[in-house]
Amino acid sequence: MNKAGERLYNGLVKENPTFVLMLGMCPTLAVTTSAMNGLGMGLTTMVVLAMSNLFISLLRRVIPGRVRIPAFIVIIASFVTVVQLLLEAYLPALNKSLGVYIPLIVVNCIILGRAESYAYSNPPVPSLFDGIGMGLGFSFALTCIGALRELLGAGKLFGAALMPEGFEPIRIFSQAPGAFFVLAMLVAVQNCMKNRRKKEGKPYEKIGSGCSEDCMNCSDKGCSKRFYDTGAASAEETKADLPKAGPSKVNTVNPNTAKAQSDSAEFEFIDLDKGEN
Amino acid sequence: MDNVKDLLVILIGSSLVSNVVLSQFLGLCPFLGVSRKVKTAAGMGGAVIFVITLASFVAGLINQFVLIRFEVRYLDTIVFILVIAALVQFVEMFLRKVMPSLYEALGVYLPLITTNCAVLGVAINNEQAEYGILTGTVNGFATAVGFTVSIVILAGIREKIEYNDVPKSFQGMPIVLLTAGLMAIAFVGFSGLL
Repeated sequence: MNKAGERLYNGLVKENPTFVLMLGMCPTLAVTTSAMNGLGMGLTTMVVLAMSNLFISLLRRVIPGRVRIPAFIVIIASFVTVVQLLLEAYLPALNKSLGVYIPLIVVNCIILGRAESYAYSNPPVPSLFDGIGMGLGFSFALTCIGALRELLGAGKLFGAALMPEGFEPIRIFSQAPGAFFVLAMLVAVQNCMKNRRKKEGKPYEKIGSGCSEDCMNCSDKGCSKRFYDTGAASAEETKADLPKAGPSKVNTVNPNTAKAQSDSAEFEFIDLDKGEN
Repeated sequence: MDNVKDLLVILIGSSLVSNVVLSQFLGLCPFLGVSRKVKTAAGMGGAVIFVITLASFVAGLINQFVLIRFEVRYLDTIVFILVIAALVQFVEMFLRKVMPSLYEALGVYLPLITTNCAVLGVAINNEQAEYGILTGTVNGFATAVGFTVSIVILAGIREKIEYNDVPKSFQGMPIVLLTAGLMAIAFVGFSGLL
């Protein structure tokens, strides 16, 4: 059971998906207009993440390596549908305010990333707790960002007025542009930490730096490039064509795979892709 | 004539007023990742227009003739994501064989679009708004045009930022995000259009 605790800590603090790895930025920006929305989205994602991790881990010996990504997507999409129907039935208000972003949990990099890098190569119980830990980390981060935006944009927290009378809400923060500004600040703080760590000679690899790498990372990790093995050749070209691959990109890919690699040597799909080329 | 007016409203609404990237945050990944140069950004935009228009047409067909007909609309998410992923793969193979010149221009961007959330987002939006096949396709096209407009503008600004003196912590992503935020403010101005 110690391993379960370690997984929870890992997801909440060490590899927090939003603050450290910077994964799944689209929903992070879109739904954090208030603390309540952020919390709702985070918990919804957590349920999907935990359940899909559990099932992928249970089925890991049944799913053949070559078609695992479509199989993962079907499993994830099924749980998203289940959760969506439950929300519609029991929390219609939340369902309405999250809207299209609930079905879009399917394409959230965190979920496919965890399936690929942890659940597919680990036993069910740690995988379940890995999902819960990552989900809690995501919820925590979304709630924080939502609270900040709600406080600045409306002067409220969870709907209760907090700011003094004279405070004029900076409306822009609860609207679309505010999301970009908040994320910009977040990444700037991370860059700052990274630079300081680099100067002191401490390890900084695990700190991600920004959305673009997240997504490039995602297209490497499976969502697109490895959906079918045929995509590999052209994706290689894309990589060369795309600006900025750089060392920091390699770093953001690593933390995800590092855990799994310690458990089960290399992933077989890496070899598959090299073979294709 | 009423129909044509509706389509125009959707065209302007989806491309400018509720811009897919700047107000709905869909397709943020390629928006930030492939916007270094205007040329690549335009290529990406072209590929996105092609794929989203096609995908919303196909998703509309499936919605009309399979999901609604057999009353299995709750399966929409699963069906759309698989169909879109397969479709992009198929388009890539088709273009490579039949139209090599178009493939040259768009091919490298296609794998990046497979699970671009904008594609799935448009399909689901169309379904939830209960658009027909034609309206849905127009909405998809307009959304993709909105994406292209914003990514090309961002790429143009980023080419200039290259020469600016940006504080160290803000180099890279943060300054791009701030730019995107300012662009989003500008796009809020379009909301008076409709």
